[in-house]
Amino acid sequence: MTGIQATQDRVATVSIGSRLLGLLRRRETSILAAFLIMVIATAAVSPIFVFSPDGWRNLLLNPAIYMVLAIGVAFVIITRSVDLSVGSTMGLTAFGVGSLYIAWPGMPAVVAFLVGTAFGGLLGLLNGGLVAVAKVPGMVITLGTMYVFRGANILWAGSTRINASQMGPDFLAFGNAQILGIPALTILAVVVLVIAAWYLHNIRSGRELYAIGSAPEAAELYGLPVRQRMLMSFVMSGAMAGLAGVMFAARYGTIASNAGTGYELQAIGAAVIGGVAITGGSGTVIGAAFGAILLATINSALPVLGIQSFWQRAVVGALILGAIILDRVLAVRQKRKLIAERMEP
Amino acid sequence: MSAVAVQTYPDYGQPLWKRIFLTREMAIIALLALTLLVASIAVPHFADRLTAYNLFRDMFATLIIALPMALVMITGDIDISVGSMVGLSCSMLGLLYASGVPFELAMVIVLLIGAAGGLLNGLLVTRIGLPALAVTIGTMALFRGIAVGLLGTSTITKFPQAWTDLTKYEIGQTGIPFIMVFFVLLLGAFVYLLHFTRFGRSVYAIGLNSEAAAFSGVNRERTRTILFVLAGTLSAMGGIYWTLLRGTARGDVGDGLELQVIAAVVLGGVSVFGGLGALHGVVAGVLLIGALSSALRLVGVTAEVIKIITGVLLIGSVVAGSLIAWIQDRRTKPAPAATGG
Repeated sequence: MTGIQATQDRVATVSIGSRLLGLLRRRETSILAAFLIMVIATAAVSPIFVFSPDGWRNLLLNPAIYMVLAIGVAFVIITRSVDLSVGSTMGLTAFGVGSLYIAWPGMPAVVAFLVGTAFGGLLGLLNGGLVAVAKVPGMVITLGTMYVFRGANILWAGSTRINASQMGPDFLAFGNAQILGIPALTILAVVVLVIAAWYLHNIRSGRELYAIGSAPEAAELYGLPVRQRMLMSFVMSGAMAGLAGVMFAARYGTIASNAGTGYELQAIGAAVIGGVAITGGSGTVIGAAFGAILLATINSALPVLGIQSFWQRAVVGALILGAIILDRVLAVRQKRKLIAERMEP
Repeated sequence: MSAVAVQTYPDYGQPLWKRIFLTREMAIIALLALTLLVASIAVPHFADRLTAYNLFRDMFATLIIALPMALVMITGDIDISVGSMVGLSCSMLGLLYASGVPFELAMVIVLLIGAAGGLLNGLLVTRIGLPALAVTIGTMALFRGIAVGLLGTSTITKFPQAWTDLTKYEIGQTGIPFIMVFFVLLLGAFVYLLHFTRFGRSVYAIGLNSEAAAFSGVNRERTRTILFVLAGTLSAMGGIYWTLLRGTARGDVGDGLELQVIAAVVLGGVSVFGGLGALHGVVAGVLLIGALSSALRLVGVTAEVIKIITGVLLIGSVVAGSLIAWIQDRRTKPAPAATGG
């Protein structure tokens, strides 16, 4: 009782100063700092990394696909599950959209985006359905579908590639378009981010995802539709991976059967680095998107800094480990603080 | 209405033969026997000596890594960094030998690297209290990144002939490669460890009820850490084997091996929630995947399809396991409404 009272008192007397302190403590702030340091250091070595039309464009464009993927994966991780199949879903969708263009050359770009997102959602539904039926961790099912989707993609594509000339001109134009100097794909990613963040923060079913992730048994006892929400989070993850696949096709214009390989690690890494705790129940899609921006920038900065791009995965791994250790330390400290407060008279 | 399937102990009221033969492990062994029989009749050349020889040689790394993986999964943990550790040990072995380190010493160093990698996993899981999945996703990326970072696109192809030949010897005309002797020894050691020692019993105890195990005096942290170290060490051994088998060191070796190992272990009857499983099922699980792959390869199916089938087997076995548990649950509780007592 006294704990709740104390919390209420504290909320009432929140000053601008402590709010500022809170903002500084947020994960997003430290990621932003790391991002700025990275960009400044790289720009110091090679100014064209930022100060050239191409450099500027890539700096904004590169994170777009990772952001969309990380947003989707964050939905699943918040419910204390994980989706390892997003890279394969993305590749399969990219190839699917390319093939659809070969079958229907006049397809409008909007249709391509809608069909791709829906197709990804369908693959996500398969994941979620299997997890719900088998009642096993999402990790086991999605490890399986990760290889099934990739295998299906390779089987379908063989050694063929889909080239830019086979896709619609308006589709490719969108992939390279800029509005007021900002790439259209980046704007799309930000719009998706804003909608997802609003949904998770304000809508009842979005809040329920956090409830399920923090205490699955309690959520079940409370009467939340746990299975439905889990299914929805996997559909969301698949749909975002599908959208990322369409964006990949629009941006690069060349799709081989290995498109999107390894992106699942980047997406999960981005979410975890951005403060979406792998133990579920906490984190935001904005944090996940910040994590994606940081990872995408590291990807493009490493070669400029003279580090071979092969090392990039090692950096991702080290960052994931660092982030989960930090999460754990913060959680333990928070718990201790709460206990100490309860002990006070 | 728990989301986690209820685990059951073997029913000691049943006669011994039922307890031995009516198990998940026996179902997999029967499925393996059936696969071998059907493939021998239907697939040309499947019954040849060379097929068996290649099957064992292809599956050797999976076989030895599946042993510690089974133990890790029985405690309820998981290690998805094993494939990356295979790649890391492969490139380290190549680099060490190429830089003039004697080959035998290089192998020892690589095994120590594997143990150290496993120790890193184990300490992060037990001392800092992080979920095994999260830790090993991180080290999966880290180990693979170091492996490909060290070698880049280059490969090392010069290794001592005496050692690479070791993977080629056959026991008489049986079609069984000589290295399988080594696997049988390892299997014996693991069977002893798991089924005949206090340590092995504590592995099951942790998986069945971690809190209860701790109260009965099981050192959970130590046990789980040792298992991760074993997984790392045997993955390094798998990496050494792969290097010798192909005579080449590359950074991308063992990519996706974690899927094959985990699929085989789950297929072999180890519960993904921990507490259940036995090694004869696991070995049968690996051999089943190997037999299916080699039969399909003989029919002319590509490696990608085999990956699809491995994935489907993984999903199918967990779905089947849950369905069986659900059916048993219905049978033992005929009136689900009467849960008040």
